[in-house]
Amino acid sequence: MASSAPDIAPDDSRFGLDRLVRLPGAFALQSGQGLNGLDIAYETYGVLNADASNAILVCHALTGDQHVASVHPRTGKPGWWARLVGPGKPVDPQRHFIICTNVLGGCGGSSGPGSIDPATGARFAMAFPVITIRDMVNAQGKLLDHLGVGQLLAVVGGSMGGMQALDWAVAYPARVRNVVAIATAARHSAQNIAFHEVGRQAIMADPMWQGGAYLADQPPVAGLAVARMAAHITYLSEAGLTEKFGRRLQDREALGFGFDADFQVESYLRHQGLSFVERFDANSYLYITRALDYFDLAEPHDGHLSRAFAGVQSRFCVVSFNSDWLYPTAEARRVVKALNIAGAAVSFVELDSPFGHDAFLLDAPEMNRVVDGFLKSGA
Amino acid sequence: MTPEQMVQRSIALRPDLAAVAAAVPPGARVLDIGCGDGALLAWLRDTKSVEGRGIELEPGKVAAAVSRGLAVVQGDAATDLPDYPDAAFDVAILSNTLQAMAQPAAVLLELVRVARRAVISFPNFGHWRVRASLAFGGRMPVTQSLPVSWHETSNIHFCTVDDFRALAADLGLKVESQAFLSGGVRRGALLANLMAEQAVFVLAR
Repeated sequence: MASSAPDIAPDDSRFGLDRLVRLPGAFALQSGQGLNGLDIAYETYGVLNADASNAILVCHALTGDQHVASVHPRTGKPGWWARLVGPGKPVDPQRHFIICTNVLGGCGGSSGPGSIDPATGARFAMAFPVITIRDMVNAQGKLLDHLGVGQLLAVVGGSMGGMQALDWAVAYPARVRNVVAIATAARHSAQNIAFHEVGRQAIMADPMWQGGAYLADQPPVAGLAVARMAAHITYLSEAGLTEKFGRRLQDREALGFGFDADFQVESYLRHQGLSFVERFDANSYLYITRALDYFDLAEPHDGHLSRAFAGVQSRFCVVSFNSDWLYPTAEARRVVKALNIAGAAVSFVELDSPFGHDAFLLDAPEMNRVVDGFLKSGA
Repeated sequence: MTPEQMVQRSIALRPDLAAVAAAVPPGARVLDIGCGDGALLAWLRDTKSVEGRGIELEPGKVAAAVSRGLAVVQGDAATDLPDYPDAAFDVAILSNTLQAMAQPAAVLLELVRVARRAVISFPNFGHWRVRASLAFGGRMPVTQSLPVSWHETSNIHFCTVDDFRALAADLGLKVESQAFLSGGVRRGALLANLMAEQAVFVLAR
């Protein structure tokens, strides 16, 4: 459906790993505020075909990044969704042109609170405008324009990435042929918001936070680590925690009668918190959790989700996991019901997993099978 | 047509599904309730160009159907059908599932609400082999179309052809057409209540 056939020279610097582009001009935000110039950090995999019909946008979750299927430059770990994206996988660079951007507000190079405010020459910090999921989607749309992608074969995402995928179909109905929304929701629930508020307050209660004006080498690590620990619990299931740790003790034979990490689960959470602060920015965490909390597709339609989906033109594949209590199956069913009422072609499956919300990032052969079949039939 | 579809087309449908498929007009919008792995929907899509949707309870079967490119939602017809708007479909199919429903009458009414026509197939409990099994064997029947023993079957509401006709009449539903099978072969309506192993009815409001 692209208007022109982009002729991609192999050395076109728009394509490849670890790209950063500054898109000049005013970028309007949902809040009414705006940005003067937009930075987008992204990666592409595979080759855009002659009629630009094989492009798949992969959207990342709260603490994800653009390195969906490449080694993370800082942590050295494999791409966060290499189980779904890669040669021979459902999203395959040998067949697809794959784009993954660091979200607006993120800390992987895209415009965010860590960026320089052109008006002051200093970091934005808390002067960065509050952004929304729609703003993230609009920023991705600008990048697609830059890359010469008119219509996407698919938008694929899990968790917050799934929200972006759903919002893509609503915001740009003609630009999306297929939507894959995994372990996600059409709104943040009171419980979702509550957990995020705990995380934000932990960051803000850390004296090192300094109202957001901390120095780059003196971030509020304690607050951010606690935020991550609280959030991480919501990504797992009780059964999963019990199976993995139970009440087993860490490096000791008996209770220590103190406040060291006696239990393995404590040690694990502390490790999760500490390793997180090495790769994530506290202010970005505040902004992105806010964007999530503000997300409610039905809100502009008096709470009627089916009306939000009234104009969609995409096919949808919705997947939930039975042990996910962060974005539970009930919420996925709400999305499916609304899509059905809107007359959209929707597939839905609840998969069995003991791993809670994180299941979508782990080895999930059934999920891969469903996504693969869905994408192949919608090509 | 892709080679895959040509292969699919050449594969014959199970006789009861073929009888159901015969009642679906080309190009119809179809909802298949209890669609399983989507064999019927895929066949209807590939040979009759229907726009199909499915509901299926078992996740593994949903996955199989979705990987065939079908729009199938995991769920329970009894709880999910009310979510569908009136007359959203031309045809609603309930294939070999009615007898497993907790409230068959309510489901029939839902079928003709969401679709203009309902195609329902079910095993006939009035078939002579079933009667003989009960009358002479004194045991609940285990036959080709009822292969699972009584304590394992999910079938809780068996009916005969005449029972079904009576229910349709009670609900004020019109029988538009009917077909009967015995030994996988179509047979006439004569003595269907005794001679048919399976029945296919097309109902309308």
